[in-house]
Amino acid sequence: MNKTISQEFLKGFWEILPPFKLVLGLCPTLAVTTAVENGIGMGLSTTFVLFFSNVIISSIKNLIPKKVRIASYIVVIATFVVIVELVMKAYFFSISQQLGLFINLIVVNCIILGRAEAFASKNPIYLSAADGLGIGLGFTLSLILISSIREILGKGTFLGMQVMWDSFEPFAFMVSAPGAFVCLGLILGIMNLFPKK
Amino acid sequence: MELILLFISAAIINNFVLSYFLGICPFLGVSKKIDAAFSMGLAVIFVMSITSVISWLVNHLILIPFHLEILQYVVFILVIASLVQFVEMVIKKISPPLYRALGIFLPLITTNCAILGLALFISLREYSFIQGLVFGLGASVGFTLALVIMAGIREELETADIPESLKGAGITLIVAGILSLAFMGFAGLI
Repeated sequence: MNKTISQEFLKGFWEILPPFKLVLGLCPTLAVTTAVENGIGMGLSTTFVLFFSNVIISSIKNLIPKKVRIASYIVVIATFVVIVELVMKAYFFSISQQLGLFINLIVVNCIILGRAEAFASKNPIYLSAADGLGIGLGFTLSLILISSIREILGKGTFLGMQVMWDSFEPFAFMVSAPGAFVCLGLILGIMNLFPKK
Repeated sequence: MELILLFISAAIINNFVLSYFLGICPFLGVSKKIDAAFSMGLAVIFVMSITSVISWLVNHLILIPFHLEILQYVVFILVIASLVQFVEMVIKKISPPLYRALGIFLPLITTNCAILGLALFISLREYSFIQGLVFGLGASVGFTLALVIMAGIREELETADIPESLKGAGITLIVAGILSLAFMGFAGLI
């Protein structure tokens, strides 16, 4: 069965939507989602790295010896992470300060390595590109969803603007570490209520 | 005294898993059984202490003198990957029973972001050699502690009556949240 580009692109939005359906890449998901701005920054950085590493790995898949493939993937991924970090520091300094260590830790984000191993190393370039872009954007949307919930409930703001009524008491639990775990756990539970196809 | 405080701070107050969210994947993946969690914890303590030493040496003896700080993660991740491979070979040679006990967990450590995070923290906060080693030990002991506690809770959870849709990752994350809340209570310790 031949899958088309659009199918590969769209599966990242529901079928294997990270981090909910693929329970991977939880560290950045939990750590950066205290504000919507950070969620968007992290999501787009990951999308960039995922897209380009998928394209590169897919185009050199026949040149990489089987035994050292993981190390080779990591070098490719790390190269793009360095690019992202330099660009973020130059143009989006405040977000890069907020995200801090987690930009660097995209290197070991299991989603990217997982897609390289499970998809890009077996499929042609155009399908890998669609896969990378789809999963990356799906991941960005999930981060925006989680960070919206946490920012609105935890600070009463959305992208820094006041959205709740004046007497709203911010629910500080949501922006602290335990809130991240509980929020993600509940969203997972709600998503599991939908029947599996 | 300062070193003891650094150790306690890394192990309990700023626990890598529960307050920095580093190493969540193995935390969720390997916390089903106490035995496995303990083996994984030992492997992490082992690799983290060596990583903190080697990454400090590489950073201060090679990268900084040659102004190559930009290559930090590429170098660190390669150091960690080769270190894990090396540790695996040594353990296989010296102690086959330990090797069998650790099994799949050793290679998995390469993609544990707690290890890379540790190497980056040490260089970011400009720890001295001894401070780096103590920080690494503290962080890995804290990781093991969180992992073993979590495994203990999950063994009990198996007999509990949980809503169908929360089974698996959902309930584990919520429990992790409550555990993290408990660890926040240590915040006033220092």
